[in-house]
Amino acid sequence: MRHVSITKGADGIATLTLDNADESVNLVTQPWLAEMDAAIADLSADAGVTGVVLTSAKKGFMAGADLKLLVDGFDSMTRRQAYDFSQRATAMHRAIEKSGKPWVAALNGLALGGGFELALACHYRILVDDPKAVVGLPEVNVGLLPGSGGTQRLLRLAGARTAIDLLLSGRTVRPEEALKLRIVDEVVPAAELTDAARSWLQSGPDPVRVWDRKAYTSVEARGLLIPETAVLFTTAAAGVAKGGRNSPAAIAILSCLFEGGQLPFDRALSVESKYFARLLTDPVARNIIRTSFLSKQAAERGFRRPAGIAPSRVTKVGILGAGMMGAGIALVSAQAGIAVVLLDRTPELAEKGKAYSARVLGKEVEKGRRSAADAETILSRIQPTADFADLAGVDLVVEAVFEDTSVKADTTARAEVVIPPGTLFASNTSTLPITQLAEASARPDRFIGLHFFSPVERMGLVEVIMGSKTSAQTLAQALDYVAQLRKTPIVVNDSRGFYTSRVFQTFIHEGASMLAEGVPPAVIENAARAAGMPVGALALLDEVTLDLPLKIVDQTIAEEGDRYTPPPGVPVLRRMRDELGRSSRKAGGGFYEYPAGGRKHLWPGLSQHFPSRPDIDAERLTRRFLYIQAIETARCLEEGVLTTPQDADLGAVYGWGFPLWTGGTLSYIDTVGIEEFVAEADRLAQAHGPRYAPSAWLRARAVAGRPFYEKAGGTPCAA
Amino acid sequence: MDAFIYDHVRTPRGRGRPDGALHEVTAVELLTQVLRALRDRNGLDTSLLDDVVIGCAQPVGEQGGVIARAAVLNADYAETVAGQQIHRFCASGLEAVNNVAAQVMSGMSQAGIGGGVESMSRTFMGADSGAWSADPRVVWHNYYIPQGIGADMIATLDGFSRTDVDAYALESQRRAARSWAEGRFARSVVPVTDLLGEVLLDRDEHPRPETTLEGLGSLKPAFPGMAALGFDQVAMLRYPQIEALSHVHTGGNSSGIVDGSGAVLVGSKSFGERAGLKPRARIRGFASIGSEPSIMLTAPAAVSAKALRNCGMEKGDIDLFELNEAFASVVLRYIRALDIPHDRINVCGGAIALGHPLGATGAMILGTVLDELERSDRETALVTLCAGNGLGTATIIERV
Repeated sequence: MRHVSITKGADGIATLTLDNADESVNLVTQPWLAEMDAAIADLSADAGVTGVVLTSAKKGFMAGADLKLLVDGFDSMTRRQAYDFSQRATAMHRAIEKSGKPWVAALNGLALGGGFELALACHYRILVDDPKAVVGLPEVNVGLLPGSGGTQRLLRLAGARTAIDLLLSGRTVRPEEALKLRIVDEVVPAAELTDAARSWLQSGPDPVRVWDRKAYTSVEARGLLIPETAVLFTTAAAGVAKGGRNSPAAIAILSCLFEGGQLPFDRALSVESKYFARLLTDPVARNIIRTSFLSKQAAERGFRRPAGIAPSRVTKVGILGAGMMGAGIALVSAQAGIAVVLLDRTPELAEKGKAYSARVLGKEVEKGRRSAADAETILSRIQPTADFADLAGVDLVVEAVFEDTSVKADTTARAEVVIPPGTLFASNTSTLPITQLAEASARPDRFIGLHFFSPVERMGLVEVIMGSKTSAQTLAQALDYVAQLRKTPIVVNDSRGFYTSRVFQTFIHEGASMLAEGVPPAVIENAARAAGMPVGALALLDEVTLDLPLKIVDQTIAEEGDRYTPPPGVPVLRRMRDELGRSSRKAGGGFYEYPAGGRKHLWPGLSQHFPSRPDIDAERLTRRFLYIQAIETARCLEEGVLTTPQDADLGAVYGWGFPLWTGGTLSYIDTVGIEEFVAEADRLAQAHGPRYAPSAWLRARAVAGRPFYEKAGGTPCAA
Repeated sequence: MDAFIYDHVRTPRGRGRPDGALHEVTAVELLTQVLRALRDRNGLDTSLLDDVVIGCAQPVGEQGGVIARAAVLNADYAETVAGQQIHRFCASGLEAVNNVAAQVMSGMSQAGIGGGVESMSRTFMGADSGAWSADPRVVWHNYYIPQGIGADMIATLDGFSRTDVDAYALESQRRAARSWAEGRFARSVVPVTDLLGEVLLDRDEHPRPETTLEGLGSLKPAFPGMAALGFDQVAMLRYPQIEALSHVHTGGNSSGIVDGSGAVLVGSKSFGERAGLKPRARIRGFASIGSEPSIMLTAPAAVSAKALRNCGMEKGDIDLFELNEAFASVVLRYIRALDIPHDRINVCGGAIALGHPLGATGAMILGTVLDELERSDRETALVTLCAGNGLGTATIIERV
């Protein structure tokens, strides 16, 4: 056995120790399941064994399931097979529970997901008293449910209210709360864990779970005959709607609890496996796992980093411009242990940029998330200055000055006088082409775009932009810096708006286009939110200001002339800004009014200036919001702005909040099915204009039936 | 074959709370007293009855187990009289009358009693929850939203302000007070007696004749808390034209929670002759319908149109309308949809003032409008109620 080991003591107490041979944590994998079956059979059959301590040789007890294994299930399994897959682990847990011998889980560290389900299947759980030793069932976060008895054991141990809370939030709990909620039986100091487990076994415990006893019943078993149960499930289902209607896992979990609670235990486990099978074979779980775990981890581990280039580390960074972005980049760099030279035109402006970090760190100290000493150390790493000479000795410059080519060119030239020739130079522009900015540099091969998102300390994505002359080494080192910051990089090629800004524009423009068509504004906003967008398109326009999209439109008209067709909502934007004087939230109001002290609401004047039509199909609007972004993303891939679907999907989800249930913009096309996507895009183009029209390239892809991902697990199809 | 209404009685409506006068009276006893009163004041030979159909919207606990049959025996009716209990949420009492009428019209029954009973103080709302409101998959699939929020959704969509709904409520109180003062309910209300044989209640206990618009305006909206649990999101997902819910309904402009029972004696022409009774009205026809379940309360206009069609009648053929005042916005939408004057609907006040004993209300308001037709010497009336999960029922009667 490679992943578990058994020792049998003379006192009849055996210890089963989990110790995955291939990973740093214990995971639910197929080989491990087979070994567990064998171990349980051995321990059950051995008359010399009177009780079992189940523990782990790792730092934690068990982390959960191997997500790669789960996501592959989407490709390979029918619902029936997914049910059998779930029942297999369920049966293993049941074999422990019904072995006739008491099992105690000695939880030496965190136990999550499948790991905590295993613990729940033991007759007794002792958790080490360590704030890091959290327990929980977070499956809902990946669009699944605990499919090995977790919903049913939690329900029967802690009651429906607690089970609903823990399973729908997916939150983990510390030892003290776990004890209070009755999901562990004892909490002891680490040194006493083994003794406590043994002494429980020596106390002669009954190895029959309460739900396996004849007279067992529960409140939940009486279903809706208990009115409080009805209220609980009614309101829980309403609560799920706060997150929209795109994630089937939450309602499946509620149904497991509601239906399973009324069934004998084995029937309940079977129903749980059926709901699990429905979720595992649904693309939503696949999408969430692929993008938020597999692709994200791959990106963070350097999946896009050119091979054969020695790893690098930034020890000192110069940040040009101490405005909102510069100040944020300074903060996250200092948090990563990097010395920061924060430069602006005057010492006062530079100090102001540093003060931002002081404010953010101060709040963290206030909330007890960080010690005052730690905050002070971080802050001391930031050196505000107005003197370019202070940039001497930096390994990296991040330029974050005003979005103007000549201002940036001037700053670049002044910095390059001081910095060593090999210094990496990054521009944090969100719109200006990198190749053009690199023309101001004496070393364009060392010039790259690092597009951070605002607020920098909260947004995990960095869009790395390759200029036409950017070298592979420059890319590798830029990715090393992003990794130092513990952020998620995507790599794109140069183009107007790069990738994220370009596709995001289509979303907000589509909102304005709908208003121009006579869609009532509330419907526009609700349709966007129904798609899963965090904020409506009109609300976002108010936030970014109408100047931003209009400036880009005007620039494009200037450069492209007749070849460019502005989005149909542009006249609405111009009218709002130029005639009605409502250009943004900042300017006092836009599509919304912002009453002092009250909640924002749509500007009543909209209905007067943009009369609404009846007969609006809101579902179609929801689809349009998703399609317009997906089709622009496909164009980015076609044009080579993007080179992998992973970059596309991570950028969409973490850059501008494209809904995670889709997995991202290209994953959404795969979810719809590329043939159906093209057919519907054709219909939308007919009805709403050529911006929806699939390109010949996309059409050919659909004809060939070639999705963007070959397999659920994330292997991209060759472009 | 024609079905005629021979008589109607109801209990007064007691406040549906532990301090309400009828709280100590069991549901079966409420219904028993109604059945006895109907028999005794008509000198009815109950062996002439085929069926007693009783509507109840929480038919569980003491209201379960076919309370109609229990009351038939309890009231010492002939044991040959059958009994059944039906559930169409708030329209149960009217549906019970329609059921008996249908039996008579088909010729398979000669006579029966349709009615309803609900002791809301004893069997609280929600005791009978059901899949529609509590099974997570069903709740999700159908965008379930509790009815009070549905009433606020109607107000939001139709633009009824707090003043609009309060003004309607005030008028309901005014009309109910006037009706009591003028004795308009006298013919139908039978006092409820206690175990000593003494009168417990002989008047509706819920109305507040002292109500003012200012007083109504000071009441807190009833449903924002519930909406905040997530139902407001459900409402916006189902009705994306809603930007934010306007919570205008309060305890003052929603139907009151009360205890009560009512019954209607229905029979064929020949039954009347055998029983020596004169018919008071003919049941022209009826209908039930389903409408969008999430907003729940908008069936009355559609079911009224359907009932009119079934009877070959038009809106203009109806002299008086009676729509249960579940919530003020329900009636305001109906008035607007049918384009009828306020003084032709709910002329004696409604459930906002008088209370709404869920399963009993349909039978009660049918009797109320019949009394009013006779008092004001008019001919036709249409009675309707909205009901849970988007249901609605309507009945059209005509004096003979």
